[in-house]
Amino acid sequence: MSFDEIRSRAVSEWEALEGSDKTRIFIGAATCGRAAGAMALFDVIQKKLAEHNVEAIVGQVGCIGLCYIEPLISIAKPGRPHIYYSDVTPELAAQLIEDYVINDNPRPDLALGSTGEGEIEGIPRLFDLPMLKPQVRIALRNCGIIDPENINNYIARDGYSGLVKALGMKPEDVGEEVKKSGLGGRGGAGFPTGLKWEFCRKSPGNIKYVICNADEGDPGAFMDRSLLEGDPHAVLEGILIGAYSIGAGEGYIYIRAEYPLAIERLKLAISQMEEYGLLGNNILGSDFSFKLSIKQGAGAFVCGEETALMASIEGQRGMPRPRPPFPAQSGLWGKPTNINNVETWSSVSAILQRGADWYSGYGTEASKGTKTFALAGKIVRTGLIEVPLGITLEEIIFGIGGGIPDGKRFKAVQTGGPSGGCLPESLLNLPVDYKTLAQAGSIMGSGGMVVMDEETCMVDVARYFLTFTQDESCGKCVPCRLGTKQMLDILNDITQGKGKPEDIDLLQGLSKQINAGSLCGLGQTAPNPVLTTLRYFGDEYEAHIKEKRCPALACTDLITFYILPDKCQGCGICLRKCPSEAILGDKRLVHIVDQDKCSKCGTCLDVCPAKFGAVVKVSGEEIAVPSEPIPITPAKKGTEDSPESSVSDET
Amino acid sequence: MSKIGEGTNPQSQEKRDLLVLLERAQSRSGYLSKRTIAELAESLGLSIGEVYGVASFYSFLSIKPQGRNVIRICKSLPCYLKNAQTIIEGVRKEIGINPGETTADGRFSFELTNCIGACDKAPAMMVNDDVHGDLTPKKISKILQAYK
Repeated sequence: MSFDEIRSRAVSEWEALEGSDKTRIFIGAATCGRAAGAMALFDVIQKKLAEHNVEAIVGQVGCIGLCYIEPLISIAKPGRPHIYYSDVTPELAAQLIEDYVINDNPRPDLALGSTGEGEIEGIPRLFDLPMLKPQVRIALRNCGIIDPENINNYIARDGYSGLVKALGMKPEDVGEEVKKSGLGGRGGAGFPTGLKWEFCRKSPGNIKYVICNADEGDPGAFMDRSLLEGDPHAVLEGILIGAYSIGAGEGYIYIRAEYPLAIERLKLAISQMEEYGLLGNNILGSDFSFKLSIKQGAGAFVCGEETALMASIEGQRGMPRPRPPFPAQSGLWGKPTNINNVETWSSVSAILQRGADWYSGYGTEASKGTKTFALAGKIVRTGLIEVPLGITLEEIIFGIGGGIPDGKRFKAVQTGGPSGGCLPESLLNLPVDYKTLAQAGSIMGSGGMVVMDEETCMVDVARYFLTFTQDESCGKCVPCRLGTKQMLDILNDITQGKGKPEDIDLLQGLSKQINAGSLCGLGQTAPNPVLTTLRYFGDEYEAHIKEKRCPALACTDLITFYILPDKCQGCGICLRKCPSEAILGDKRLVHIVDQDKCSKCGTCLDVCPAKFGAVVKVSGEEIAVPSEPIPITPAKKGTEDSPESSVSDET
Repeated sequence: MSKIGEGTNPQSQEKRDLLVLLERAQSRSGYLSKRTIAELAESLGLSIGEVYGVASFYSFLSIKPQGRNVIRICKSLPCYLKNAQTIIEGVRKEIGINPGETTADGRFSFELTNCIGACDKAPAMMVNDDVHGDLTPKKISKILQAYK
């Protein structure tokens, strides 16, 4: 079967689905949806439909990025738009079948939004929602829209037309097209993709490799997982285009073991490609032949570094080696090798499908195109987004992400994982591109954005990242292995109130040495979280060191819980709930915290009834409290409801 | 244009197989015993040190016996910001062992891990291949009941 026939069949299949006279119900069933309970919905929905003798198409799609309100389902009745519903429990799913599918009430009160032709009163358009409207979805173009397990869905939406176009061009012209698009490596460094290809293509040798780096491991990053789960063929098409341009006959997808669903979908996608003649000898009748294998990682963060990744594919310990030689000269098994990240490959297929000029129409002069970001931490709308480069942090965090939950104040956003930095409120208007983030001391990185609020201690965050680096340092070079250990020890001291004034200089000195002396990016950039927090939150370090005070009230060694004697009503809830048995007291006696036993878990603060507000958390100050439980002050009696009658233990 | 198969370097083939062979051996017997490592070294003509070096490098390979189910709680920043500590405590209480240990009945191994890419559902953990998110200490018991 020729590709034209494959495509026209796929298009008819898609049109038949969209124009079906049956109701279509789609469930977002990526890992995030599944973790929220999506798989249980299939059964409930099927059962309910069977109960009413209704035939409907029930299928799965990937993640559309609204991870904070999953599970999501969409229902499209014949000739009507898809209506999306969020936070769907099995009960709600059954209710929606009953109300909308059976009784034709689309429940605007429960609906999130609609897509497709036609409108339904009272239901906004899905892509007009604040989280979706500012987005430009290129790498993620099909995520949440197509069935990722059906190659025909991808083909019907222009899939593999980029490959067809590339195969009709000279390999070097394909590279030129990518160069012209301005696409930079989306794994973090932003190095021009077309140029990288050119180095590898021009490298002498008949045997060359391409690799897709899917070893996503930055804390806070899940872009690659979601993309591979939601639209694997977009990535695979990109790999093929790159291999053709470079002249590579073999490729690997190196994917972390933590992503079993993505691995499963890739395997399935590859078998579908083989079936359609998109892999193997003489692809689509051309003289381009290509073999693609999946190589599963085994849990080592450093394998995201390209030389370590190649060592791991070769079956060795995943340890980096010096560059040069660069992979383009001597990579996998000593052959010229080109490595790009998942998102880069997905952008490549879009660029060949729609043209370099179209792609470079997005973004800024210096940074073209779009970038995906994973929003995590203290942000209202956690999820996955794709935006044009040049958008400000504020637009991302407050416009798209909905700001900080629980009325708390924004403190910092961490970009670029353990290699990146923490940016403060004063930089919220910073346009996000490779250059501006680097100037601010952070990096773009792969796209994780971890948002922190006023309750986060920045010294503690820096300490946390150093713990991560220590854990994941492969141990090959001393500055990384031991330097980060020294930095971590110092940060531990500071957060425990044992910091010394000279520690700041020491941290800065070590940072310089680790940066200069480490072999790979993991080590070189490991000090970044410390350097940026020192730069923007130096006062917090000072408070910890000089005043033994944690301004965010987060470092357990520097905080104390007290029960205020004039507010305690002797109700005993805190005493009963304290897991450390650190509270002394009795009925009608003012309770006190035994500071020697207190584990600083904060349970007492959480359970003390709001109308009493008797428990406080402080740092750097002492509050006078009785040394043993004393009767509550008689003046209090009668001014409040009797605690025994009004306060239940079942809080 | 290169043809398929030309790229395979026979000398490195053995080494490439090593990680795969270790993964396979682990899925057969649950962990990599001294004996397995020695046998692999012998059959591949490698030193025991070389095989052990790879086996001990990767966190998904285990040189200690593993439980039937492996619990991996994420300890990275996004989960930490959402009180992952209380989940670690909750699992510790529920199954009575510390991270790095295996229950006496061999039902669970308990590990802490770096980011599993489920930050949108923080705090999160994996039990075998299943991701569980938006955890609270209360949910732990019910989730673990499903793993026998």
